[in-house]
Amino acid sequence: MRRETWISFAFIVAGLLLVLVAWLGDEPFTITLATKVVILSLAGVGLNLALGHGGLVSLGHAAFFGLGGYAMGILASHAQNYEPLMIGSWAMEGTKSMPLIWLAAMLVAVLFALPIGVLSLRTSGVYFIMITLAFAQMIYYFAISWPAYGGEDGMSIYVRNSFPGLNTLDPIQFFVLCALILAICLILVDRLVKSRFGMALEAARQNPQRVTSLGIDTFRLQLTAFVISAAITGLAGALYADLNRFVSPSMLSWQVSGEIMIFVILGGVARFAGPLAGASVFIALEYFLGGLTEFWQFWLGLLLLVVILFARGGIIGVLAGERRHG
Amino acid sequence: MSVLLQVRKLAAFYGPSQALFNVNLSVSQGHLVALMGRNGMGKSTTIGAICRMVAARHGSIEFAGRDLLALKPHQAIRTGLGLVPEGRRCFPNLTVFENCIAAAQPGDWHFDSVSQLFPRLHERRNQMANTLSGGEQQMLAIARALMTNPRLLILDEATEGLAPVVRQEIWTALHTLKQTGLSILLVDKTLSELLDIADHCVILEKGETVWTGIPADMSAEISDRFLGV
Repeated sequence: MRRETWISFAFIVAGLLLVLVAWLGDEPFTITLATKVVILSLAGVGLNLALGHGGLVSLGHAAFFGLGGYAMGILASHAQNYEPLMIGSWAMEGTKSMPLIWLAAMLVAVLFALPIGVLSLRTSGVYFIMITLAFAQMIYYFAISWPAYGGEDGMSIYVRNSFPGLNTLDPIQFFVLCALILAICLILVDRLVKSRFGMALEAARQNPQRVTSLGIDTFRLQLTAFVISAAITGLAGALYADLNRFVSPSMLSWQVSGEIMIFVILGGVARFAGPLAGASVFIALEYFLGGLTEFWQFWLGLLLLVVILFARGGIIGVLAGERRHG
Repeated sequence: MSVLLQVRKLAAFYGPSQALFNVNLSVSQGHLVALMGRNGMGKSTTIGAICRMVAARHGSIEFAGRDLLALKPHQAIRTGLGLVPEGRRCFPNLTVFENCIAAAQPGDWHFDSVSQLFPRLHERRNQMANTLSGGEQQMLAIARALMTNPRLLILDEATEGLAPVVRQEIWTALHTLKQTGLSILLVDKTLSELLDIADHCVILEKGETVWTGIPADMSAEISDRFLGV
């Protein structure tokens, strides 16, 4: 087994042990913090597919994260207020069922990612970054000026949504649910990047013209990766809104896009457990350092600088002894 | 014997500047055609135009009965072209095996059969492409193109910059490929080897086809005039 696999495995086991200790010691706050790490990691896993494996530097993933959040918020608010959700002249019931909400969140993310991807993928490099950012900002400003769902103030959901057979209000049960989803997505993405599709995607990142000259439509390849990536990030958004029982336009802001990107870069671009390591360090810094100083982000910036300058493989890359990602 | 690739009166451009003026060539099923000419005469551009990487504005390119100019680049390749580009251009951060399967298509050529052709690739199957020697990268580039199971293999300067012993290995492999009945379009600078292996030769001069014929018909005068330096 490769050293990186061991390290990823050890990292995950250490995190689970920490949660186990918190559960036995009855510290729900720590469990909730770990749940936050898991959900943000999931958003990072989504971006990692596009950014790490596809070389698509999207600064617009907050759009999918926020859309996932709003999908949950809208469905749940209609359910809790017993108001039908009108789509044109067609009325549907809201829902508090998590599986349905997850499906809706992914579907919404896919529906937005398709046109955004089709337009953005006509460009590359800095233009791709700017176009994805522009789309996300459009959705952000739309949400701010959309009074039906709270506008700038966002909206609260009073009770966490339900999952058959679980009490989702119990922190440990919600954590396990989120961790299982993360595990499933990690495994699926890992299988995807090791498949022929993944090889071609990686090859297209290195040399798109050459991939075309081998008979592969790089546009479709990258669009598929972008859309799957958006769906995963959308799912993370729905879970994040459920964790906080609150959704607001801040989930759509470009800072969130930046943060998701930081998880990926800090942990290790295109690394299996990279987003998990990145999100863990980010949340740990936010919590522990944020308690000591208001300027914790200064130290985060410094850490990011060190990683980018001296350890391009991120935390996982450094531990695995492979510092560079080509 | 049926014609697989037919290029007629091809004119191609790099932006506003015209690189090909009147290229005509054909490759018959199972034949090996050598595309010859001095540096800068349009050999690589012709290959680029056939593979739809260089803009062709006039003329026609028909492959297996299909008009390639009506297709997008990846669709044109999918009709059965296998390109081994100049300078090899393997994917540096993929392993040998991954390079091979990234664009593989179902058919007779799979990793085991290309490994038989180039046993070294099998030995290095888990090695990153950027750690291979130049010759090994060339073998990988050929293997990668074969794995797409092409009907026509196109090689652009496949032996350029390689040590003589490695070069010989590549030529041996090309002879083997020819014997399997694969159609091949070949650009190379080693005249003696080309004349030895080719069924048909096409000479380009300043973006135009100036001579076509079988190697035996190529007189010293023709080769001095169009290929001599």
